[in-house]
Amino acid sequence: MSDIKKIALDGFWKQNPGVVQLLGLCPTLAVTTSMINGLSLGIATAIVMAVSNASVSPIRKFIPTEIRVPVFILIIASLVTIIDFSIHAFIQPLYKALGIFIPLIVTNCIVLARVESFAAKNETTPSFYDGLFMGLGLAMVLTLLGGLREFFGKGTLLSGIDLILGPSASNLVLHFFGDYNGFLLAILPPGAFIGLACLIALKNRIEAR
Amino acid sequence: MFKDHLKKISTTAAAMIIFSLAASTALSVFYFITKSPIDESDARAKRIFLNQVIPADLYDNNLVKDTISVEPSPLLGNKKNIDVYRAKKNNQVIAVIIEAIAPDGYSGEIKTLVGIDQEDKILGVRVITHKETPGLGDYIEIDKSQWIKNFNLKSLDKVSEKQWAVKKDGGDFDYISGATITPRAVIKSTYKCLLYSKENKKRLFTS
Repeated sequence: MSDIKKIALDGFWKQNPGVVQLLGLCPTLAVTTSMINGLSLGIATAIVMAVSNASVSPIRKFIPTEIRVPVFILIIASLVTIIDFSIHAFIQPLYKALGIFIPLIVTNCIVLARVESFAAKNETTPSFYDGLFMGLGLAMVLTLLGGLREFFGKGTLLSGIDLILGPSASNLVLHFFGDYNGFLLAILPPGAFIGLACLIALKNRIEAR
Repeated sequence: MFKDHLKKISTTAAAMIIFSLAASTALSVFYFITKSPIDESDARAKRIFLNQVIPADLYDNNLVKDTISVEPSPLLGNKKNIDVYRAKKNNQVIAVIIEAIAPDGYSGEIKTLVGIDQEDKILGVRVITHKETPGLGDYIEIDKSQWIKNFNLKSLDKVSEKQWAVKKDGGDFDYISGATITPRAVIKSTYKCLLYSKENKKRLFTS
């Protein structure tokens, strides 16, 4: 149990993929234009990471060392494609919103990094938790960053929630300013770098205390 | 020595082949399971758009299936043949939906569906795909703003050529300052689409 606690602490704080390992920046920067986008892609990534870690770990002894990376990529790519098919088939609006980003999970190095550095050396259960918590740690950063950019860029939070929960959820969207013209920089890519830098600074500040 | 080496290479290759086969099998299984739900959800998404362009109670045919193919035209901006959807009531074509491509958006093409009735009036316009700046140029989407409804009921007779422009350029259409290239592109492509429909009226509207 204490093992799992340690893994969770690593994923959410000490080794957080978003603000400490700084792996997986491609989706971090591209998708986090709104809180919901960040959260959705974060959760999709967490699922892929948990499943890929859990599937590599039990067969790790059968994978020859020389070809481990191609085999890992093969497994990850297949899992992502399966998730892509499923979202396209059953949650069309979410597919429309995340569209091109789901296949990008394959190229997200954090997935391969956790398989290589954790699942290839550990038992199945801890590997599963490592993938899950690392993924949720990333999802947390993506959500925060998305929220930050959406708040400053559009003056709202949770916009687009109706794409996931159905049209009735659209009254959950929070509007903070009556007549807000938007702050475009926050929505454009530079806003992602600036926002991420602020989050990293914040984490370092909390740790320095 | 050489034999050992060869053995190692073959086991490695065999492992790679087995993993590839397993992955391909899993993918094919999932492809077949999800194929028909994917087709259905795509068709549903398209129907929703088509229904926004022409209200469903105006026609009684299966719009998605009732199409004619038209050749590339500079007025539509298409480079390949595209399908024109035809809405019929009692076997009379009462309206068509044409896909128009504006090549001159702020960043790349803007694809729209334009619904036009027998009297050459616009029933509705919807943007299908675009790459305009999020939060700035994307007010052409119905999810973001009502702007696109400005086109409703406009026609070549009611709106002169000069008025097919944003207000800043002396035209009839609102715009958001700081993002005028996007609406200019959409207005121009919609105008040209109306010209196309007028020129090809016989072909498009004869059932």
